[in-house]
Amino acid sequence: MNELLEVRDVSVVYGERTVLDSVSLVIPHGAQIAVVGPNGAGKSTLFKAMMGLVPLRHGEMLIHGRPASEYRDPVAYVPQREEVDWHFPVTVWDVVSMGRYGRGRWLRKRCASDLEIIRRSMDSLGISALAERPIGELSGGQQQRVFLARALAQEPHVLLLDEPFTGVDISTKEAVLEFLSSLRDRVVTVLVSTHDLELASARFDEIVLLNGRLISSGSPEQVFTEAHLQAAFGGQMVVVNGRVIAVDQCCGGGAHDAHGPTHNGTL
Amino acid sequence: MMGWVTEPFAFGFMQRALVASIIVGVVCAVIGCYVVLRSMAFLGDALAHAILPGVAVAYLVGANLLAGALVAGVIVAVGISFVTKAGTIREDTAIGIFFAAALALGVVLISTTGGYTVDLTHVLFGNVLGVSGADLWISGGLALAVLAAIVLLYRRLLVVSFDPVFGRTLGLRIHALRTGLFLMLAATIVVSLRTVGVALVAAMLVTPPAAAYLLTRRLPAMMVVSALIGVVSAVAGLYLSYYLDIASGGAVVLVATAIFVLAFLFAPRKGVLWKVRRARRVRAS
Repeated sequence: MNELLEVRDVSVVYGERTVLDSVSLVIPHGAQIAVVGPNGAGKSTLFKAMMGLVPLRHGEMLIHGRPASEYRDPVAYVPQREEVDWHFPVTVWDVVSMGRYGRGRWLRKRCASDLEIIRRSMDSLGISALAERPIGELSGGQQQRVFLARALAQEPHVLLLDEPFTGVDISTKEAVLEFLSSLRDRVVTVLVSTHDLELASARFDEIVLLNGRLISSGSPEQVFTEAHLQAAFGGQMVVVNGRVIAVDQCCGGGAHDAHGPTHNGTL
Repeated sequence: MMGWVTEPFAFGFMQRALVASIIVGVVCAVIGCYVVLRSMAFLGDALAHAILPGVAVAYLVGANLLAGALVAGVIVAVGISFVTKAGTIREDTAIGIFFAAALALGVVLISTTGGYTVDLTHVLFGNVLGVSGADLWISGGLALAVLAAIVLLYRRLLVVSFDPVFGRTLGLRIHALRTGLFLMLAATIVVSLRTVGVALVAAMLVTPPAAAYLLTRRLPAMMVVSALIGVVSAVAGLYLSYYLDIASGGAVVLVATAIFVLAFLFAPRKGVLWKVRRARRVRAS
């Protein structure tokens, strides 16, 4: 597999705090990667840096060896919790349609293929029946699917999903997993951040283990060793019968990387 | 029998007043949808007052008041946008500073003119019966430019208003679009000067869109319904003003407010009564 995305020696600093410290990664074309690490490890920041949403202290992001900002094919990003105005008068159809906007398409009339892509994207996430519903009337899981459908409608070459399994019901989780496997046929390179190490090792080709700096990356077997997990999770890890269990204070949703690690509740 | 409908418009000044009112009703109500959805009501009010020094200067040098207002509005809109760009000064703070400074400058300039002047009161409260042919051309031109910009930028403004992070990932220049919206707002306020005056223009920017929001579920529909409410308010206000001999600006705003109250109470799904009835039905079953 040829390399697609390269993160070269990237550091991100928020005020006084170094959130990402000289992270370097090479991500092969079409791979599905899970990005794991404790809260505050810089997972969300890594994604934002890839999207050019936060300034880099140093380092660069390359796509096919060229700066990511020059890349013209779409890179889609679904943040942890959409910071949208839920009372805005838009329907599910309107939101998914936004996936067809973008460079050079702000004025062009929607063509038949656009409509077809929008319809197919909604079908893939099982939200076609909701098309006419206002976005604010949906459940959390349905809202999540709408934004995944919008990302799909962008026909991205690279897709970044920040914590798509956090705070959603089981059927949405299954829908997201099914959606990810459907992307394999289209050779979309996918990066997913998650707290769920079990899921990461079962469903993803490669793991990136972060804690401010890159602890390890590679196949699940290579990454999930006691030493690596100790380095990433430290005191939040216990070993039971030779099995490593990372105890995570997962899923508050409010715990953004920028706010630093929270230490509520172990075990 | 319907003579009372056409009677007012036997006069040229009433015909001009009608055209001016309709222009204001439409353009305020349409751009007002973004004012309501982006919570910019304070900015609208502040911009309206901040154009006062421009009006005063135009008055002093004998230029067209609307032209002076437009220059002042553009300076303040760009100024607020520039000061908040770095993010160290919050938007409402910047608006407060510019608003107060411009208003103070306006008061100082007006005080040099030697006290009470009828023209400047008309700027504050509107005098739709005094609309000149030249005013109508300036208003009409600005209104067309604003409406054209809203149509051309529709997708961009929709995306940055609803989901700015997504807009950035699509390569939209958030800050430039915001400045553009500020400028459109300044032009709209200038258009409204003669009809409702700076003191009441904020109501025309907020009230019809707020009523339309309660009655619709998609932005294009909200804009159309808002424009209808704006036009109905403007025309009905003008009739009330003619027959009851009351201030036209105030009459227009009061009609719009009455329509909002009706929508607030009776709107399907979002109205107060509908919610009460639904709650009762849930309790009963």
